[in-house]
Amino acid sequence: MSENPEIVMQAKHIVKQFPASHGRTLTACNDINLTMYKGRTLGIVGESGCGKSTFVRMVISLDQPTSGEILYHGKNITGLSKKETWENRQNLQMVFQDPLASFNPKMKIGDILTEPLMNYKKIKRSERNAKARELLRMVELPEDFVDRYPHNMSGGQRQRISIARALSLEPEILVCDEATSALDVSVQESVIELLVRLQKEKNICMIFICHDLALIRSFAHQIAVMYLGHIVETIPGEDVSSHAVHPYTKALVGAQFSVHMDPTKKIESIESEAPSPLDVPVGCPFQNRCEHCTEKCKKEMPKLKEIAPGHEVACFYVESMQNQAEGGR
Amino acid sequence: MLEIKDLAVQYGNQAPTIEHFNLSMKKGEIISVVGESGSGKTTVIRAVLGALSGAGRVTSGDILYHGESLLKNSKSDWRKIRGSKMSMIFQDCGGTLNPIRKIGSQYVEYIRTHQSMTKKEAWDKAVSMLTKMRLPDAENIMNSYPYQLSGGMRQRVGIAMAMTFNPELLLADEPTSALDVTTQAQIVRQMMELRDDFGTGIIIVTHNIGVAAYMADQLIVMHHGKVVDHGTREEVLNNPTSDYTKKLLEAVPEMEGKRYV
Repeated sequence: MSENPEIVMQAKHIVKQFPASHGRTLTACNDINLTMYKGRTLGIVGESGCGKSTFVRMVISLDQPTSGEILYHGKNITGLSKKETWENRQNLQMVFQDPLASFNPKMKIGDILTEPLMNYKKIKRSERNAKARELLRMVELPEDFVDRYPHNMSGGQRQRISIARALSLEPEILVCDEATSALDVSVQESVIELLVRLQKEKNICMIFICHDLALIRSFAHQIAVMYLGHIVETIPGEDVSSHAVHPYTKALVGAQFSVHMDPTKKIESIESEAPSPLDVPVGCPFQNRCEHCTEKCKKEMPKLKEIAPGHEVACFYVESMQNQAEGGR
Repeated sequence: MLEIKDLAVQYGNQAPTIEHFNLSMKKGEIISVVGESGSGKTTVIRAVLGALSGAGRVTSGDILYHGESLLKNSKSDWRKIRGSKMSMIFQDCGGTLNPIRKIGSQYVEYIRTHQSMTKKEAWDKAVSMLTKMRLPDAENIMNSYPYQLSGGMRQRVGIAMAMTFNPELLLADEPTSALDVTTQAQIVRQMMELRDDFGTGIIIVTHNIGVAAYMADQLIVMHHGKVVDHGTREEVLNNPTSDYTKKLLEAVPEMEGKRYV
């Protein structure tokens, strides 16, 4: 991998608001700035309702942002016409959490796999079967699966089909929304190994949403931590367990259960729950659960600041947090 | 307190879902059962509570609770045991609540079916249980509908209801699987406190091996309906006897573990 990978996509100041009842607005994403590189994996972690799925839906143009722009190779892809969006979508493909729900139950696997290619008229009808078999080989499944239906496969096999379908158009960006959350751990491991292998072979950019920090750190180059529609920290994958600075990231790290952890150790976790996204407090979004919260946090929104290459934190007290992290290391 | 001897359960005429399941549990012990989906772990605790779904039935073996078999219990015997001596927490406690009735009205009804007391007394008992579960503003929760609470709060309401009569045995079926990691940590900590404060014995069924290992005194690993590893936490984690357990332990992602890139 080259040291300076090519930028594939940039999200700039993305804001997404949804109308809610009683004239209120729900801000799902607030000023998101992220850069995605070729052949790299961007992991997005956060609790349910923090806006991570909304963000990736905008990345693949399923939703339009309220404001801000998404640059794909320098070209803004928000506000394109339907035709252009359709053209563009062959470069942006997605794997969903529940593959069964994203397949037509009456279609055979071979047809499911080649449907995107037919849609973009990349292959002839006569080539369908051969192409489907090739795709099955790519995801390490037996070739005779072409004649099966989705319901007679296991969850892990279905997820592989889902990956094969998404990659059939050779996209530049692959978005996985909790792609392994519904799988057992041993199956999960093999699916991750497959994704990493395919990424290296095809040099694709992956965006991976996940709530399991331990899993995401095992293969993400960059991790963005989201909280209530804000990105509170972006950090290189290998550093997350030792160098995390933002109190929320630290809480996520502390809340991980591990097989080899000391059973007498108290689990560190933050109390209470995230406020409703309809009612985001002024100032730092994390204020009501943060033990370091001061008056300043309640009035002002901290901005993301770079504290090391590839490591940005949105907190007023980065220095003192960092000293703590240094002391604890 | 609880003893399961060579239990086998079968659904209809299919092959047995679980076979040769043995377990003995002392008061205040926590037993974790882990395994992949379809390994029969939920069936085990459903059998203990006599609540096998559909055509499920115990074909051989015995379940003894304080030396007496639970299998011969009549419906009215069960009614005396369930809720007061044994109770269960489900994966989605919100789903077990009636969506169109307020928490308070359901909770009061639940208490009054098990113990005769006035509505006012039952209400106060419910509020004190919710407060013990560290739910903020319990009165307000009693006056809320289930949909107004978050997933973590509903789960805590479920645990509070299950713990109302200080049961000796708490059966937990994937109690944290649907929750966020921070909430999961809170719930796990609370369940550990239940054991310390009330001496409750807990059987927890989960696929999260980290949670299971953290909580367990005894750890049981199941695969295809059979127990492949059974022992104390240290025995199973440090010296797993079966290949399956070894594979399973290797597959768990770790914060300090290997990286693919």
